[in-house]
Amino acid sequence: MSRIAKLFGSKKQNVLNVYCTAGFPELNSTLAVMKALQQHGADIVELGMPYSDPLADGPVIQDSSMKALENGMSLSVLFSQLKDCRKEISLPIVLMGYMNPVLQYGFEKFCADAAAAGVDGLILPDLPPYEFETEYGAIINKYGLDFIFLVTPETSEARIRQLDNLTSGFLYAVSSSSTTGKDKDLKAQEGYFRKLQEMELKNPVLIGFGIKDKASFEAAAGYANGAIIGSAYIKALNNAADIDKATSDFLASVLK
Amino acid sequence: MEQTTYQRPDEHGYYGSFGGAYIPEMLHPNVEELKSRYLDIMYEENFQKEFHALLRDYVGRPTPLFLAERLSKQYNTAIYLKREDLNHTGAHKINNAIGQVLLAQRLGKKRIIAETGAGQHGVATATVCALKGIECIVYMGEKDIERQAPNVARMRMLGATVIPAVSGSKTLKDATNEAIRDWINNPTDTHYVIGSVVGPHPYPDMVARFQSVISEEIKAQLKVTTGKELPSHVIACVGGGSNAAGAFYHFLDEPSVQLVAVEAAGHGVNSGRSAATTQLGNPGVLHGSKSLVMQTADGQVVEPHSISAGLDYPGIGPMHAHLFKSGRGTFLSATDDDAVAAAFNLCKLEGIIPALESSHALAALNQMKLSGKETIVLCLSGRGDKDLATYMNKMDRI
Repeated sequence: MSRIAKLFGSKKQNVLNVYCTAGFPELNSTLAVMKALQQHGADIVELGMPYSDPLADGPVIQDSSMKALENGMSLSVLFSQLKDCRKEISLPIVLMGYMNPVLQYGFEKFCADAAAAGVDGLILPDLPPYEFETEYGAIINKYGLDFIFLVTPETSEARIRQLDNLTSGFLYAVSSSSTTGKDKDLKAQEGYFRKLQEMELKNPVLIGFGIKDKASFEAAAGYANGAIIGSAYIKALNNAADIDKATSDFLASVLK
Repeated sequence: MEQTTYQRPDEHGYYGSFGGAYIPEMLHPNVEELKSRYLDIMYEENFQKEFHALLRDYVGRPTPLFLAERLSKQYNTAIYLKREDLNHTGAHKINNAIGQVLLAQRLGKKRIIAETGAGQHGVATATVCALKGIECIVYMGEKDIERQAPNVARMRMLGATVIPAVSGSKTLKDATNEAIRDWINNPTDTHYVIGSVVGPHPYPDMVARFQSVISEEIKAQLKVTTGKELPSHVIACVGGGSNAAGAFYHFLDEPSVQLVAVEAAGHGVNSGRSAATTQLGNPGVLHGSKSLVMQTADGQVVEPHSISAGLDYPGIGPMHAHLFKSGRGTFLSATDDDAVAAAFNLCKLEGIIPALESSHALAALNQMKLSGKETIVLCLSGRGDKDLATYMNKMDRI
């Protein structure tokens, strides 16, 4: 059983997935950020693989990606940083990024190295189902990695079913049609969240995009198995003198 | 016409191994709506009627196919110029802008967004939106806004809102990213008018079809002038590749016609300041399709360089990537200096000031082995008014 499946087996509600960009704020802070997240109450770590042209991201995550690239982050560096991470990190780790750097690294080599480093799942928003089914899904499965698809309020019911069937780990419900970090009212999407609940999907559901504090986390967690926070945490890390303290303060503000 | 691998992609948008629709789920409804409806709408009788009437009465088509006699004499062979520079707004971009805005109207969209590099596509889109009374937002790299001031002024005069793209390298690729992000944030009422044969399927196919009017006219005009429909060569510059796609389209399945695509070599292909994607790129995914992309070993997209903002793009349309890989197309490149020299040469010989983009196609003539028996058609994609500042700067040195 994968670490993600185990997590959802024992914790069905209020699961908190926190996104951070690998190599941000410092090139070598990745592991420290992961440790702090584990220490202070996150349930899943979503590590962003920085890319020069991140289509689905808003300015906060884009800027953190640029900073990480300037710091010298790359997939090779990331895998070397993760090499021994399982000695200290027990949380599920999901890598999130875009196809181009992965293709350049070599798709199969990427999956092999990710699995060897103890990564549990992948989110590649620009890898759609057709290409997943015809080319890449088999490779991902071969290395035992979960692959997480996104659904949005505009995704039809039939397509939600299709994506749920292709997904393992959890389904990523984008709260509204937007890039990351937009301030939108979750209440407006109640109908969509209810629909997801009533569909009795195969996978647990985490809601992401626009979740930034205790109120939005609790609201989202009320509609699904939990939620994903990204931009708000990146903001908290930005200019933080002490990663552990910044993380502790941030997670306390969300969870307590 | 029969389906072929060169002219049309398969149902998933692939030209050989290039193409597809690598988009986040947030864009799926928009792209799916377009994919399921574009062909029906485009080939509907009323649409064709309105499209062709506007091309004729508003754009000024057909554009002439001009036998450039003194240029021909210089190269000792027959060279025809397809005068896309004589279109309203000064370039071929208007063909596609009209097509897509008419299509957007039929899809019920109220808001048009576009990206632009040199500003030609932005101006074309702003023009059609003004004509049709539709809101128009154009994303343009902050750096390009500085170097293409007259086009920025034109877009504003035409009522468009020009939004500077300040992320990344602040050029065309970033303007494209910003336009895509806008589309993600406005999924229902907005149509994104992509200006080249790039982007997720069906954009490369749709834009190629709108631009195919260029080769359709070339065939008919050549028949009248020479008695034969087929030239020996068609030459066009390639950034993303829309004028080349249009000029090649009806010759793709005519093996006797040599298709010559000319990329911008900037300071030289291996100078580190170039935009010659087929020479420098690797397969990758950029702006929604799999194609050739200039990138670092880590897969980060690199900033290209060309003296012409319209060719300053780190990718190439998937149709062209397939033409390159299969060998159906010949890909040459011309440096900034080659292009400027070719522009001055055309001014002197034919009294035509070409766009810097088109000058790259002209420069390629120097690299071709010509026997004297060719019938060459060169797509003069745009006029050089917008590039006057660059030309003036170079004029001091000649």
